[in-house]
Amino acid sequence: MSIDMAQFHQVFFEESFEGLDIMETGLLNLDMGDVDAEDINTIFRAAHSIKGGSGTFGFTAVSDFTHVMETLLDEMRDGRRQVTQVAVDVLLGSVDCLKEMLTAIQDEQEVDVASVNEYKKALEVELNGEQANEATTTVEAVVEPTQLINSAGSGWSIAFSPHADLLKTGNDPVRMFRELAELGQLTSVVDFQGVPDFYDLDPEDCHLSWNLEIVGDIPSTDVDDIFDWVEDSCDLAIQALKQQNFPSVENETETTLVETNKQAVVEDTNPTANPIVDKPKSTKKEPSKPAAKGSSSIRVDTGKIDTLINMVGELVITQSMLSLVGEHFELNKLDQLKNGLSQLERHTRELQESVMNIRMLPISFVFSRFPRLVHDLSTKLDKKIELVMVGENTEVDKTVVELLSDPLVHLVRNSLDHGIEMPADRIAAGKPEMGTITLEAYHRGGNIVIEVRDDGKGLNKDVLKAKAIEKGLIDADANLTDKQAYELIFMAGFSTAEKLTDVSGRGVGMDVVRRNIQSLGGNIEIISELGKGSTIAIHLPLTLAILDGQSIAVGDERFIIPLGAIIESINIKESMVNRVAGKGETFRLRDEYLPIVRMHEIFNVKNAQATKLTEGLVVVVDGQGMRCGLFIDDLLGQQQVVIKSLEANYRKVEGVSGATILGDGSVALILDIPGLVRLSNQ
Amino acid sequence: MAELAEKSEIEQTEEKNIENLVQFLSFTLGDEEYGVDILRVQEIRSWEPVSRIPNVPSYEKGVVNLRGAIVPIVDLRERFGLGHMEYTALTVVVVLQMQTEQGQDRVMGVVVDSVSDVVDVDKKTIQESPNFGTKVSTEFINGLASVNERMVMLLDVDKLLKLDVLEDEDEN
Repeated sequence: MSIDMAQFHQVFFEESFEGLDIMETGLLNLDMGDVDAEDINTIFRAAHSIKGGSGTFGFTAVSDFTHVMETLLDEMRDGRRQVTQVAVDVLLGSVDCLKEMLTAIQDEQEVDVASVNEYKKALEVELNGEQANEATTTVEAVVEPTQLINSAGSGWSIAFSPHADLLKTGNDPVRMFRELAELGQLTSVVDFQGVPDFYDLDPEDCHLSWNLEIVGDIPSTDVDDIFDWVEDSCDLAIQALKQQNFPSVENETETTLVETNKQAVVEDTNPTANPIVDKPKSTKKEPSKPAAKGSSSIRVDTGKIDTLINMVGELVITQSMLSLVGEHFELNKLDQLKNGLSQLERHTRELQESVMNIRMLPISFVFSRFPRLVHDLSTKLDKKIELVMVGENTEVDKTVVELLSDPLVHLVRNSLDHGIEMPADRIAAGKPEMGTITLEAYHRGGNIVIEVRDDGKGLNKDVLKAKAIEKGLIDADANLTDKQAYELIFMAGFSTAEKLTDVSGRGVGMDVVRRNIQSLGGNIEIISELGKGSTIAIHLPLTLAILDGQSIAVGDERFIIPLGAIIESINIKESMVNRVAGKGETFRLRDEYLPIVRMHEIFNVKNAQATKLTEGLVVVVDGQGMRCGLFIDDLLGQQQVVIKSLEANYRKVEGVSGATILGDGSVALILDIPGLVRLSNQ
Repeated sequence: MAELAEKSEIEQTEEKNIENLVQFLSFTLGDEEYGVDILRVQEIRSWEPVSRIPNVPSYEKGVVNLRGAIVPIVDLRERFGLGHMEYTALTVVVVLQMQTEQGQDRVMGVVVDSVSDVVDVDKKTIQESPNFGTKVSTEFINGLASVNERMVMLLDVDKLLKLDVLEDEDEN
């Protein structure tokens, strides 16, 4: 019987990455003073299933590594080991290492053995270093196989204390000892202490524990094999008889590793200005298949699927009803037909909603990486920072979730680096030493709002202005409102950090952040108070797939304007129109002069009905703070449109954000208002 | 027995030939005959009105709705500078598939005068496209094959459908 294990690999990787996330969250949440055994248990279980899975699929490097982690965790779980910050940091490092290993395996690339060994060493040092100090307590160490081979020849000391239910699982210690005895000279000492009073004794439980010593030239794997089956139902500690002298803790190595890691994070999250252009480069370098890496699968609550199935059921019923009506149609059945159609409409809408719902993921998918980020960075920057997350369960479309994470990382890093002051400065300013960064997500209207809030020093308008003048981004005598001054940080090439750190300050950040958010159809705003802190709020549409649109006519062509962008539609009079420099046209709308964009001109539409401004309509639209009047022939109607990508088979077109299919099957382009404004300025 | 052996020998040589055979869909543009790898052809449709895309080269006719996907339509005559022909009910759109460098599948329709035939071409007999200097652009042509005394220009679908050349760099 041969099963192709490869088909389960994807599932294994997904589960393992989830497990790693659980471990990471668990580790970060550990409270040094008061450790909850259940927390450690959760981490342990995650590690254990990764170990099990990787063993099954033959990724021995992963299972060996996890085994060492597991031993450390096991000791913590049993309270035999104090949970220290150092240990947690080592474990966090190992989680990173595991992640790298798994990613490498997934991409079918070589695992970086050197770095894995470094982490493994750090783990073992953590395991064994303690041991020297606690000679009185039960000492144990799991020694890495390679090192074992060195120490083999002396033998093993095994502390074996089965759980009560060992016998029920069909394992027999006696049989195991016999096998051990075959390997070498075995001495065993039985510990009767666990045996209860005769009347309380359950004959099916195992109450004994053993201290075994086996002498001989025995590979560790042989010993491990014997206990392989009972690992889960006993406390087991195998230790070489002659202790190895492990190299002393190489803290230096560890920190450098962590730093390299951070560097990687920094580079990762620095969204490149033009991902489309950048991609081919990376694919060329790595001819493997990184395309398959992005999580193209999604975990869905079964409840959501059940609802969906119910709706499809109803849809089928409606359809059969309609076909019955249609079979022998007479005019007196018109009412029935109308009923059926309205039912159909309702079901379709419900179906659409629940399908969209399936794509919704809680924002915690993005938020979950921040505790780690804040933990690492605050240590690095010597700041005390608490991260508060509110509304993690707010649901957003999967695409939004994926595209949101980079900009958010950037914002949080900025808050950490520039926003929150050093502890001493905070105390001097009369603020608590511990800074707070709040990540909050909530729904408002059809939008989701995500706020990154800090109680740091806030944005200094004057500094921003001075900097912008220095960089030549604005004129020296420019008069800026608060809002305009804050907007300066979104300009390319703007950075106020006095020194460049690898955390932030290269000035390639915020403009990219804003562009990313805008490409998602959202906007970003800053509220800040000097000395009190700042809030950066991101507003995003809930879904990217469906949009409320207004269809318009220009000549024979139909376009869709996103309804949210429309402020009003007016008929303008000649008297309202002014010409600027003989070319550009503006019109006056309640004390504001707005540029007119003639749709038929910038899109070269032939046979437009209205060429004189008074003949057509002007739709006042707002795109990222820029208002203008679109001159069109006519408004047609409002409808929800399904956004289809033009880029999937074609390419990006200036002034167009996508396409949709109208009721008659024809294609209409969805206008990109900011793009149109840019186009008309050219 | 001898007969059988002979037979299988014949079969074998035939198989060999099949291995070397590539099938092309041939179509005409004016007086010229072109061919594309048949495995790249998704379907053949008749011309239907497109939705125009503003501010693009004239050979990019627009986009159509192909069962829910937005598919661009390119006029090959205009692309090759062979002049424009009025579209009639008999004008044919060949829907072709390609893969981009990023590994995504793309679909695109090309307008041709008429589809002629599916031709078998022995790989070995395909000639390299001659170099005409800069006068005639042969960048889309993979090779030449002769089928029944006619010359068929074999097109490189990937190059043909690569419209990204004009993609703006987006930066400024």
